[in-house]
Order: sequence, then C-alpha cells, then structure tokens
Amino acid sequence: MPSRPTELLNVAAIRADFPLLGHEVYPGVPLVYLDNAATSQKPLAVIDAVNHYYRRVNANIHRGIHALAERATEGYENARRKVARFIGSGSTREIIFVRNATEGVNLVAQSWGRANIEPGDEIILTEMEHHSNLVPWQLLAHEKKAIIRYVPLDGDRCLDTGQYDALLSGRTKLVAFTGMSNVLGSISPVKEMVAKAHAAGAVALVDAAQSVPHMPTNVVDLDVDFMVFSGHKMCGPTGIGVLYGKEALLEAMPPFLAGGDMIRRVTLEGADWNDLPWKFEAGTPNTAAAIGLGAAIDYLGAIGMDRIEAHEHAIADYALEALGELRGLRTLGPPAPQRGATIAFTIEGMHPHDVAELLNRDGIAVRAGHHCAMPLHQALGIVATTRASFYLYNSTDEVDALATALHKAQKLFRVG
Amino acid sequence: MDSLYQEVILDHYRNPRNKGRLDPADISHEDDNPLCGDQIRLDIRLGEDGRVAEVAWDGHGCAISMASASMLSQEIQGKTLEELLQLGKDDILEMLGIELGRARLHCALLSLKVLKTGAFGLTAWTGVEES
Repeated sequence: MPSRPTELLNVAAIRADFPLLGHEVYPGVPLVYLDNAATSQKPLAVIDAVNHYYRRVNANIHRGIHALAERATEGYENARRKVARFIGSGSTREIIFVRNATEGVNLVAQSWGRANIEPGDEIILTEMEHHSNLVPWQLLAHEKKAIIRYVPLDGDRCLDTGQYDALLSGRTKLVAFTGMSNVLGSISPVKEMVAKAHAAGAVALVDAAQSVPHMPTNVVDLDVDFMVFSGHKMCGPTGIGVLYGKEALLEAMPPFLAGGDMIRRVTLEGADWNDLPWKFEAGTPNTAAAIGLGAAIDYLGAIGMDRIEAHEHAIADYALEALGELRGLRTLGPPAPQRGATIAFTIEGMHPHDVAELLNRDGIAVRAGHHCAMPLHQALGIVATTRASFYLYNSTDEVDALATALHKAQKLFRVG
Repeated sequence: MDSLYQEVILDHYRNPRNKGRLDPADISHEDDNPLCGDQIRLDIRLGEDGRVAEVAWDGHGCAISMASASMLSQEIQGKTLEELLQLGKDDILEMLGIELGRARLHCALLSLKVLKTGAFGLTAWTGVEES
C-alpha cells in the first residue's frame, strides 16, 4: 500500500452530511461511490433546501404579487447571486440558469454561433471533448459550412498545446474546450488557452462541468467569454446548470428559446426582449433546483474549494500509486497536480464492463464505457475504459477497497 | 463462486469456439453496441439441406458478449433457418445459464441480434423487451 497523504479533509465528518453514503448497496455491502464525474451525491443541506422550497415556498417566480411568489423569486435570484460570487463574476446579468452544461453549450452554439459563424470560419475544439461540447458545434459547422479543427492529444496524457498554437489563425472564430477531461482527468491550461484565443481574435468557451465542482474558479481571472457547468456534479440537484457569459456578448446575442419571461412586451407583430439574464430564460425555470444549487454552493464554500482541490490531488496521487501496483492495469492521463481525481484505466484481458460488474458486487460504483467521449477513445485506440472518479467525501480507505476489489476481479479472470 | 462469471462463461471467453472468418459465406453480418463498444461479426455457410453447416464469428467485447457468441456458434450448428428464426432471448439466457440485468442483456443478446439481422433482415430486433 502507498503511504497515506496528509492533506486530507475530515472525510468522516463530511460523509455524515450525505445521507445516501451511509446506506448499504446490498445487505452487508457498504457503498463505495466512485462515479462522481457522472454525478455527485447530495448533502442534507441541499436535500433540505429543495424540500423546504416545495413544503413552504412554492410559487411561480417573477410575476406574482403574493408573498409566496415574492419569496420564490427572492430564493431563485439569491441563488443566482451565489453562483456569480462562486465563480467570481461581478454581475448576476452574466449568470444564465439552464438545465445543464449541455444546454449551455447548445445555447451559445444556437444563439451566438448562428449569429457570428460564417462559411469558412474555423472553430477549434479538442480531441478530448465530451460529446456535449462536440456535437452542438458539428451541427453549427454543418449548417454554416464552417470548419472544425481539433487539438490533438499529447500521447495518452493531455492536450498538445503546441498543436493548439499552430491551429490558431485569423480564421479562428471560436475556441471551445474542456476545463478538465472527464476521462483523462487532465486539467487544461485554461488561462493561457483563452489568452491565445483572444490574441487570435477568437471567442473562448470553457466546458467547466468537470472543473468547477473540484477547484476554485474565477471567470475574471481566466478571462473566459463563456463558461458552462452543471449543478448535479457539484452536490446540487439535477436539472439545473449555469451558462456564464460576458455581459457585452450576451447583450448582443439573439434569444435562444422564446416564450414567457424572456420578453418585455409582446404584440401580435413581435416582441421586445427582456433584460439579461432573463432574456435567455424562457418559461418557468427549475426554481427548486436553482435554490438547491445555491445551497450546494454554500456547502462547498464553507469547506473551501482550495481545500477540496488539495484533498482530491492527494487522493489522485494515492490512487495512481495504488492502482499502479496492479499488474496489467494502465491508467490514462497525467500525474497530479496536472490532473484531478478522475482516473480512467484499462486492465489487460478484461473488458471494462466486466470490471465494473465485478466491482459492483463489492459495492463499488464506477463507470465503464466511452464516457461520452468516443473520439477521445478512438484517438487513444481503445474501445472503452473503466473510470473511478473521486470527490470530497472519498477516502484513501475507499481507494484501498477499489485496489483490493480489482485484484480480486483479476484473479477471477486469471489475469494480472 | 460468482453467479454471473461462472466457469463455463469464463471458459468460452478465454477459449472462444469457432472464432474466425468464413469467406465466402452465405450469411455475413456485423454489428456493434456503440454504448460499450462490443462488436461481433458472424459468418454462416449453409449445407445443401439448408441447415447450418459452418459457423465462424469474430469480434471483441466483454466476457458476457463473447461467451454468448461462442456458445451461440455451437448452438446453431445443423439448425434450419426456420429454427434459427425461432431463437429468442430465453434461449440465450438458458444457454448461458445465468440471470442478467437490463444493462448486460444487451451484451448477451448482441450475437443473436447479428444473426437475426444478417439472416432475416430483422434490424429492429433487440430482444430486450421479449418476455
């Protein structure tokens, strides 16, 4: 066993905040939840906030005069203020509530993209994008006859930033890339990549679904133009996500979805758009989930994103070492601290589905497959991987449990 | 002993029967499960009596899908097309001798899906909902 790191959070105290983590998966089998890159578990504070909203507050927002409508509106808008502070935005006008990161990317592609991308323009993406930051741009490029260029990987570790420099040109209109790969775990040099995009005259979007939950993020420091993330991967409810956009860009963009709440005045001939951020929030939003996300931000903030980041670096280090001791197991991605605690691996002689199935018998939840990143797996020349992804409530004991269960699975398959 | 990974399954996974290619073949088809990347190709030669004379399959995937393909390649030897058409989900489960959850059912049934599409053009068959 590797030596235990010291920079760890008090996991026992944190786990007590998460009701689900205390339950057994099967009788006598405790849960080891290592599928946090897919979705995180929820602390009681978030569950209670959503529960309280429906038990005591529920009303539609922005329109009602009555007390509940006022309280619901205040709760929703207060959540927006929390999000703005959490990512360092100076204005709630820059915070658009969407369903998830995917919807955020689609909003930018359909609104900003259709208004700004022209035939022959170039969009730079990377080979390690999640499908949600690939397909919306492919649709846009197809419609506009634009060209997509892909930043390749540097081996099986991280982005080849030299190639990124070479791809940038006066034709580049947009650069969209992930802040942290959901497979390799590699953390992108966001600030440098954004600065280079700007130097080429391009707009930069960061898919921060895997990074915002795990490290401090400041949109002003990073100077990103657009950033998207999902609430459910950061202890919040499903059905709520965030698009951050620089105010001047959002102001100039046409609406995405049309309907109630996004208009100021409607006649039979047409409509005027509402102010930011509501111009992009047509229809009744997921008020309860937004309030739940606000509670999640309070929860994470009280612990401290810098401490969560340090904890996960320590866990990643420890896990890479522990998994490295298993024969035939190969981990992908760079070493810590250039990576987060999302670790995909292959085992010689075992298909990831079999690995995940056998780990599940021991109560260990991991993901197996291509993790919505088929082009990345094609680039790496592998069909699928098994992925263990850790969060603030995971311990070194759980890493040990993973390594032990993997060894047991290898013995059953007579490999390793 | 694990209920899913019984020795017979692991044996077919490690020592697949009838693995390879037949060229030419009377029935040839290939399909994959994009969700997990499993891929199976099936080649069948029919005898003059219309029965399956030779079978070969190739592909990659998890132990369940590979063992299922290997066992199916033995199971269909000597059968008529009419008999192949009758094969369904329960036959595969009986052949494997295990219970499967919904997610792994796709793995177990991929080889039969390839057979149904290749031999009868039944592209929509998945068998998952078959009772």
